[in-house]
Amino acid sequence: MKNKVTVRIGNVASFILDKKSLFITMIATLLLGVVAILSMGSGDFFISPIHVLKVILGIGDSFDQTIIFEFRLPRIMMAILVGIGLATAGAILQSVSRNPLGSPDIIGITAGASFAVVLFLALFSNESNALTVSQDWMPLFAFGGAMITAAIVFALSWKNGIAPFRMLLIGIGISAFMHAGTTVLMLVGPIHQASQANIWITGSIYGSNWTEVRMIAIWITILFIITLAMTREMNVLELGDDLAKSAGSSVQRSRIIFLLLCTGLTGASVAFAGGIGFVGLIAPHIAKRIVGPTFGSMVGLSAVIGAIIVVVADWIARVAFAPIEVPAGVWTAVIGAPYFIYLLIKQRNR
Amino acid sequence: MIHTSKGKWIALIFSSLAFVFCLFSSIVYGYTDTSWSTAFSAFKENDGSTAHLVIQNVRLPRALIAATVGACLATSGAIMQSITKNPLASPSILGINAGAVFFVVIGVVFFQVQSLQSYMIFGLIGAAVSFGIVFVLSSVGREGLTPMKLVLAGAAVSALFSSMTQGFLTINETALDQVLFWLAGSVANRPIGLLITGFPYMVIGLLIAFIMAKQMNLLAMGDDVASGLGQNVMLVKFIFSLIVVVLAGISVAIAGPIGFIGIIIPHIVRSFVGIQHQWVFPFCALYGGILLLVSDIAARYIIMPKEVPVGVMTALIGVPFFIYVARRRFGA
Repeated sequence: MKNKVTVRIGNVASFILDKKSLFITMIATLLLGVVAILSMGSGDFFISPIHVLKVILGIGDSFDQTIIFEFRLPRIMMAILVGIGLATAGAILQSVSRNPLGSPDIIGITAGASFAVVLFLALFSNESNALTVSQDWMPLFAFGGAMITAAIVFALSWKNGIAPFRMLLIGIGISAFMHAGTTVLMLVGPIHQASQANIWITGSIYGSNWTEVRMIAIWITILFIITLAMTREMNVLELGDDLAKSAGSSVQRSRIIFLLLCTGLTGASVAFAGGIGFVGLIAPHIAKRIVGPTFGSMVGLSAVIGAIIVVVADWIARVAFAPIEVPAGVWTAVIGAPYFIYLLIKQRNR
Repeated sequence: MIHTSKGKWIALIFSSLAFVFCLFSSIVYGYTDTSWSTAFSAFKENDGSTAHLVIQNVRLPRALIAATVGACLATSGAIMQSITKNPLASPSILGINAGAVFFVVIGVVFFQVQSLQSYMIFGLIGAAVSFGIVFVLSSVGREGLTPMKLVLAGAAVSALFSSMTQGFLTINETALDQVLFWLAGSVANRPIGLLITGFPYMVIGLLIAFIMAKQMNLLAMGDDVASGLGQNVMLVKFIFSLIVVVLAGISVAIAGPIGFIGIIIPHIVRSFVGIQHQWVFPFCALYGGILLLVSDIAARYIIMPKEVPVGVMTALIGVPFFIYVARRRFGA
């Protein structure tokens, strides 16, 4: 056990830290920093990375400072948080359900949020396609839709506790149901509205301000820390129900907590970034291929990878076809999939 | 669940009758109301009246397309779930739908494609290309084609294609307008020519699946057991994958991406005939057809005189039943 370190915090939590995975996670975090700085510098007005660094250290000139702090940084923070949220939710769901296809998109949470947003656009648009209420209500609507859908999925899967597989199936069903509802609303409404809804469904990070960033930051940080603190529970849960029970774990209780964490993380992410897909599915898989499948060693890395994917996707979305913005949700798969396929072929750490 | 094979035969006969009944109902009911006798006389002695024309040129192709596409999608879903050993798999997981949609959107954006006939060609090419990529990707590497790699490569490739599709649609509102209805999946107003072109391949695909069902039973026991019993595992997987492409690829090319049938019907069927594929496949074909026929009939009545896309109706009708089955079958 030379390459492992045990950390204990009183009786509250204890982890076994794998040195290798810790090292890789740190490198990935550095990479995230580099990507974020590059992204902060690019846009209509180019700022060189050195100037960006100066601004972050508080010694840059005031013009750069305004651009970065007012416009670019909140958006990048949002991208990082959304990436962390989705990737962690995906890692949780894949481990709880022991199914490689588990991802927050599949169990209907995203579909529920999309339905709520399309409903919002349909209810509060007037003839000239302008919103009759403030757009600030949209994240709330999306979050509500996500939570209500998750509640429906949990309620329908409940039968002396929640069996993960039953929940996935029912989630897929509810997801299809919500998609159907979304399609009907989009077809009935005018095409402009459908187009607007389509952008939301694809997922895009824009118009984020510091208030929103602060809200989501608190929420995601708390849930992420709880997830880390419960790593031990997950490692036991992954052994299978019977072994976990005989190891003294309260299987149902910890499973429900994990599913709630997953719901909270996904709900917050989709509320502010729309239905950005693929991150929740792919980030955990990439992490697993690099550091192995143990939840404890891969959850941190998968969060960082998720953040990298979303930051890069958002960067491309802003810059590539400026002034048209191609939603970030388009790019997550375009960057994530090739790398993932490369890992799949290379077959390391299988 | 039905245990005896006598019981299964009886169920098969009754299901076939239900299938035929739905097929005829689809011809009779709709915006232009006709009666059963008019429908029959349209085939016996067509007098060229409006009712007869509607039946021959509109209703009949529509009913046949719904029945065939439903049968193919459900059967290919059952095959996919067995090959990948993943109960969440469906033809769309192999990237078939995403590939077809992407190529159709490319056709619309870059080649100003408009007819359904050319949608079909683009869709079919897309389905085949995307499946080819997935198959090659999951076959390379030391241990060959494993279910896990198939599922992951499929998920990655289909995500790639569907996100690029979304990209084109968000920057091109006209294209979105044009393909939105096709994207939701529909069996209405498809020329019978589409079906006639694809029909022979679909029937052959279904028949091969039925004949090779017992090979699938072996495969389901695991690769090692199957090859120990003398099966050429790689070949069987390849043939079944090819059947999936033919069945699901032609279906999506004709009717657009109708999801969900491929995932729910196999589960529903297995809940009452068990896991032996010589029963699962035929029942899947029948009930897939029935679900799509019934959904299509319902789609005409919901917001008459407009129509709801049938892909929406399959979800609205199928989901409650599916949830019931999922709760009962995977009870604690």
